[in-house]
Amino acid sequence: MQEHDLSWVRTEMALAEKAPARERGVVAWLRKNLMATPVDGILTLIGLVVVALIVPPILNWVLFSAQWTGADRAVCATVAQGGSQPEGWSGACWAFINAKFAQFMFGRYTDSERWRVILVAVMFVALLVPLMIPRVPRKGLNAILLFLVFPVIAFFLLVGGAFGLPYVETQLWGGLLVTLVLSTVGIAVSLPLGILLALGRRSRLPVVKAVCVIFIETVRGVPLVTVLFMASVMLPLFLPAGMTFDKFLRALIGVALFASAYMAEVIRGGLQAIPKGQYEGADSLGLTYWQKTGLIVLPQALKLVIPGIVNTFIGMFKDTSLVYIIGMFDLLGIVRQNFADATWASAQTPMSGLVFAGFVFWIFCFGMSRYSIYMERRLDTGHKR
Amino acid sequence: MKNTVKVILGAAALGMAASAASAATLDDVKAKGFVQCGVNTALAGFSAPNDKGEWTGFDVDFCRAVAAAIFGDPTKVKFTPTNAKERFTALQSGEIDLLARNTTWTLSRDTSLGFNFAGVNYYDGQGFMINGKKLPGVNSALQLSGASVCVQSGTTTELNLADYFKANNLEYNPVVFEKLEEVNAAYDSGRCDAYTTDQSGLYSIRLTLAAPDDHVVLPEIISKEPLGPAVRQGDDQWFDIVKWTLNAMVLAEELGITQANVEEMKASPNPDIKRVLGQEADSKLGAGLGLSEDWVVNIVKGVGNYGEVFERNIGQGSPLKIARGLNALWTKGGIQYAIPIR
Amino acid sequence: MASQDAFGRTAAPRSSVLNDPRVRGVLYQIVLFVLLVLFIYWIVGNTVDNLRRLNISSGFAFLNQRAGFDISQSLIAYTSDSRYSRALLVGLLNTLLVAAAGIVTATIIGFVVGIARLSNNWLIRKIALVYVEVFRNIPPLLVIFFWYFGVISVLPAARDSIALPFGAYLNQRGFYLPKAIWGDGAWLIPLGLALAIVMAVFVARRARQRQEATGQQFPVMWTNLGLIVGLPLLAYFAAGMPLSFDYPQKQTFNLTGGFAVTPEFLSLYLALSFYTASFIAEIVRAGILGVSKGQSEASFALGLRSGQALRLVVVPQAMRIVIPPLTSQYLNLTKNSSLAIAIGYPDLTAVGGTILNQSGQAIEIVAVWMVIYLGISLATSAFMNWFNAKMALVER
Repeated sequence: MQEHDLSWVRTEMALAEKAPARERGVVAWLRKNLMATPVDGILTLIGLVVVALIVPPILNWVLFSAQWTGADRAVCATVAQGGSQPEGWSGACWAFINAKFAQFMFGRYTDSERWRVILVAVMFVALLVPLMIPRVPRKGLNAILLFLVFPVIAFFLLVGGAFGLPYVETQLWGGLLVTLVLSTVGIAVSLPLGILLALGRRSRLPVVKAVCVIFIETVRGVPLVTVLFMASVMLPLFLPAGMTFDKFLRALIGVALFASAYMAEVIRGGLQAIPKGQYEGADSLGLTYWQKTGLIVLPQALKLVIPGIVNTFIGMFKDTSLVYIIGMFDLLGIVRQNFADATWASAQTPMSGLVFAGFVFWIFCFGMSRYSIYMERRLDTGHKR
Repeated sequence: MKNTVKVILGAAALGMAASAASAATLDDVKAKGFVQCGVNTALAGFSAPNDKGEWTGFDVDFCRAVAAAIFGDPTKVKFTPTNAKERFTALQSGEIDLLARNTTWTLSRDTSLGFNFAGVNYYDGQGFMINGKKLPGVNSALQLSGASVCVQSGTTTELNLADYFKANNLEYNPVVFEKLEEVNAAYDSGRCDAYTTDQSGLYSIRLTLAAPDDHVVLPEIISKEPLGPAVRQGDDQWFDIVKWTLNAMVLAEELGITQANVEEMKASPNPDIKRVLGQEADSKLGAGLGLSEDWVVNIVKGVGNYGEVFERNIGQGSPLKIARGLNALWTKGGIQYAIPIR
Repeated sequence: MASQDAFGRTAAPRSSVLNDPRVRGVLYQIVLFVLLVLFIYWIVGNTVDNLRRLNISSGFAFLNQRAGFDISQSLIAYTSDSRYSRALLVGLLNTLLVAAAGIVTATIIGFVVGIARLSNNWLIRKIALVYVEVFRNIPPLLVIFFWYFGVISVLPAARDSIALPFGAYLNQRGFYLPKAIWGDGAWLIPLGLALAIVMAVFVARRARQRQEATGQQFPVMWTNLGLIVGLPLLAYFAAGMPLSFDYPQKQTFNLTGGFAVTPEFLSLYLALSFYTASFIAEIVRAGILGVSKGQSEASFALGLRSGQALRLVVVPQAMRIVIPPLTSQYLNLTKNSSLAIAIGYPDLTAVGGTILNQSGQAIEIVAVWMVIYLGISLATSAFMNWFNAKMALVER
């Protein structure tokens, strides 16, 4: 059987030739990605000019000329302004952030009680992170702890007034604490409320539907600022005399109602995407409306709109900065309030404070959006239609 | 469902009960154990938190005086920082019991907003501040034609400004902000040529600017701004307490009763002093207000007399160094005149 | 559903009525309705009580009172003697102005960045990515502050204004342009423009009909450009050049005369544009990615150049995906313009807030806000729905 020895048939794949020299290496990459055509070359040039104009001054301001330590405004002001820097100096005043850091985090929360806030934060992270990593087991227990047990503990820890913890009034709360409490509580309230509103809007009962549509469209049609004004200025007039709400609570109600209207629209999108067969299948099994909704429709619908829900969260987190306008000291509010501190007032202070606040907001929002992209990819399977 | 309705009705009934109980502010205040006082968010010398986060200032001390009169303890008071917009609704809604936030007494605030002003604790007037270094040679507000003027919105200041420039046929450019801090920041960064608000406020704000010495307050006073504490209408007892607390502070200064000598003064033979300090036999003056007979003693012990509070917070004992001027006693060329306590 | 239990017994008639979903539905609705009415009654009752108890007057009559305050930027004549209602109108116009300008700019930046995100050029792609990720994840209020403090702290004081060509100046107090003053006969110019637009539309329609009938193309763009520029120009000369300029002059404090764009407007406008553009960029990117690759390949196969393929094939299809989310971004921008209050730009919210303060009429002012913003929202979505329907796929 000579044929079997025909050795000109390869038994294994030949190694791929190396790409030609002009397709390899840095030069080829540059050519392909930056100068494929003359127009491309011009664009690259424009891009380089833009980068050269923007990046060095920013780096210089943020890092090289910045003042990291100092006791007062002198380190952040030029000689003419009564400081120690040479004329024409411009750089970030991180010393200001350094000095005020605790205030930016906690506001005027009683010094000796701040461990309570830190404890709540640690507990929150410890419960949230395992829930967000799909591989970690015991999701059910974790969720119960986070959504049922944690809020109660957190409430007593933050507010106090029981179990021997001194009462800390919300007047004193401020900084990142307020921003985070407003947004997490807002998120926790807006999701169930949004689901109810979305279900109501798709309901066949005309009164329920009308109420939900009017609420959703009214809230979505007006700016959050006016809703907050309403909560802070008008709510007291709606209540019986002598009955007042905490200002913090009022802002919380405003933010949560506002977010739930947006949440409702996102969830409605998910509900609409569920094929009719699913509803009919559930009906034919004899499930009641709530069984059908809770066991069949919502799990599928919510899974479909996770990116939308996270986007609403991000929007809401950013929107909490607006409570500054009604005079609350969230992160942005407390940063701005400290501009007025005579010890630190300098030309660079406002920008430094704003950049710091922006950076904090950015980290949270960017993190959330990355997580949403990750979840979207994970849940993508089987839903391509 | 029936249960739900019951709950709702119950809640409504509770709400009604709350409204019935709130008529007597003094009882409410005594029940909760402190006075809730609305103050400015941050106006150095009048009301601002110090490094330790405690509220200090001229208006703050007035709140403490009311607490001292009621409880004999000037610390039984809580402060609600309010901005120009919130202050009125905060008082109307009952969120605060008393508004001591450099608020100008005007007819419309007294009537259509439903307030009662308990008197004038600071006679002020609106003025202008400019950066003298950048604008040498400007020494009168009448030279401000064409200037950009920073002003806080929703204040009587904003209206006076418009009237003044109109009356004098001057052009100007209003730069209006919602919050005091924003106006300060804008003025400090050079967005406007001039800053206008009550003169006391100007002195206070000047301290917080990057270079306080560069700025000068112009001599013109373009309005009358009687600043005073306000309470809701409809509770005369509470109104009386606030009114007479202010009066007692001024009277104490007139009679020479100070924080330091109030205990000795109790033994004074002067019948006026004896009566004011509740040392007269069968004194019923405090009871008339619903307070104890040593209410004035408590006030003076707690915060001092009017003059002491003034000097400590905004006068010579403070960085503001505001002269007494109109706020001196009537016997010393001012117009602070106490109504007799008898 | 007449309910039967497992043993086949028919349930009692009373419970079967209650188990009927229609009956239950009606019942639920009645309960909800009653609760709602009770709730509204409770709120209205409280409000009326409070207003009476606090002696606060109510009603919209106060809108006819003298305003008493000045507004820094006004598109219509306004003085402190004007009425509150006029002040609100000034605020509304300012809102519309900044929203309209912001929408135009945000759309342009958004489309450029969105297309740049898909560029073959690595550098351009990355710059666009950084832009989007930075602006999308910062609260708009902060973006506004960045621009405001940035603009004010970078630009020089009024005395050292930067002189720009054509008699314009730039300083801390704003951007000063020469103001056009139209003389007699100037009405001819807008008339010429209107005429040119009508003719342009006509030309475009005829050209299209001809192309569909005969396949011949007509240089529509150049003709129309000529018409739109030429006719008003002709009118200008025909009317005897009735245009002069009022140049800004340096005075003791500020520049006077000319047309001033305040830094408040400038920073609000820039912030809203840049912030919203980052969202629009992502929408545009998703829209272009949503058009299947076969479409552009097919158009190349038909011999279209890449620009033509983009213009005639890809973009019209992408627009269908883009328009609905674009609408909500436009609405967001309009609503975000209410943040003007933080930097003192006199928009509807800021002016309303001042009036609320001066008159104490909280309920009336909030009602005015709600009605106007809802009106703007509804009008915008109605327009965009119409536009969307026009652009939507016509299936045969």
